[in-house]
This record gives sequence, structure tokens and C-alpha cells, in this order.
Amino acid sequence: MASKSIRIRAKAEGASTEVKALISHEMETGLRVDKKTGEKVPAHFIKEVVCEHNGKTILTAEWSVAISKNPYLSFKFTGGKAGDDVKISWVDNKDDRDSETAKIS
Amino acid sequence: MSIKRRTFLQGTMAGSVIGVAASAGLLSPRTVLAAWPQAAFDSENVAGAMKGLFSSETAADGDITIKAPDIAENGAVVPITVTSGIKGIETMALIVEKNPRPLAASFDMSPTTEGYVSTRVKMGKTSKLIAVVKAGGKLYSASKEVKVTIGGCGG
Repeated sequence: MASKSIRIRAKAEGASTEVKALISHEMETGLRVDKKTGEKVPAHFIKEVVCEHNGKTILTAEWSVAISKNPYLSFKFTGGKAGDDVKISWVDNKDDRDSETAKIS
Repeated sequence: MSIKRRTFLQGTMAGSVIGVAASAGLLSPRTVLAAWPQAAFDSENVAGAMKGLFSSETAADGDITIKAPDIAENGAVVPITVTSGIKGIETMALIVEKNPRPLAASFDMSPTTEGYVSTRVKMGKTSKLIAVVKAGGKLYSASKEVKVTIGGCGG
């Protein structure tokens, strides 16, 4: 599996922690036509992204093909502090998956 | 006992067949991710997406702010940020009204997650962006019109 598909930056400011994540993924819509073959490129997109803070799920994102290629996701939560783990995992419609853990700074 | 064991075996067999079919792209992987709201994402209109996701088509105005460009030069990458001061948000959904399938994303939040999500979406053409927030069993929404000069749905 393609590792390092996820880049995470998590920063605590007071009680609030902002997490920014960038995922490398084609996010193919299934509507695009391959100019060489004239056939539609099958859909290939991330369906679900799970974000955890110290093992507790804080955000579950369900996505469609309408999320842009190489998706960017940012969210905030309270209760995080420097050194805590933030884990992000994704699974796509072909059941490929990846996950990455970062420390809050 | 042996009957139960038989049923169990058949169950697992059927399960693995579905798994293979799903990975081959024959079946929609509803079986893989129980939480993914298939009907809502398949819907071709906003009402259907709302109904599939929240079992309701109507939402009240609420404390929701959508930050997105007024004019998006490239519909394939439209940055959008939704903030909301509503307490106890359970779900936040992003809908692009004129996309072939309007529901773009749905975010399930925990009690410690703040009312803030930022991402980038594709927009086929000029359309309203709708953010729907579910909190305490009630629905709230806000919308913003974004003009798209080049579509982002592969056309």
C-alpha cells in the first residue's frame, strides 16, 4: 500500500487544537473520459476518513467524489495538548487504506 | 448445535463472496463501510440527499458561516470553510446544489470537536453551496452562491 499518503500538522493554541491534513489521492469521479481510449475512467475516491485523538474518534468524514483531488481537511477540537497523538486513517471505494499518526505541537 | 454451525459457515461464506464482489467494484461497498450513507450520496437532488442523510428535507436558519470564493476560476478545487457556533454539533454536511450528485461530504463530530471544517470540493458549474448542521436532533442550514468559470466534474 502506498504509505505516506497522509501529511498531518496539529497545533494546540490554548484549549483548541487545529488539525490540518493533506492526503494524496486521485479522487476520480467516474465521469471523466480518458481521451486515449474514449472510455470513462472508473470512480476511485476516498469514502471515509477517521480522525482520532489519543485513540478516541473525534471526527468521521464521509466523502463523495466531489472532494477535490489530493484532499485537504482541516478541523478543530478541544482537549488536545502538545505531545498528544492525532491519527488519521482513510479507506477508499477499492478498499485501499492508509493511516498516519502525528504529535500535537 | 450443528445447524447453528452450518448457518454460521454459510454466513461467513456469503460474506466473503460479497467482499470479493465489492473489491472487484461490482457491488457498491455498502457492505464494507456500514456508516457510509449510500442513498444520500447517490441522490441526484438536494432534497434526496437531505432525506437520505437526515431523514428530513427542511432545515432552519442557524449560526453557520460558509467561507468560499465568490468566483471560482477552477471548479475542480474550490476551498470551502464552514464554521458554526451551534452547540453540540453531531453532523455537518456539505452540499453542492448543481452537482450531478449534490452531497459532497458529511462530517460526524464528537462533543469535543469544534464547529469548524475546511476542505476543497469540486463544482461542476455555478451553484449554491449549502452547509447543513445537525445539533440536538435539529437541523440548521446556510448557503452561499459560488460562480464557477471552469467546471470540475471532468467534462
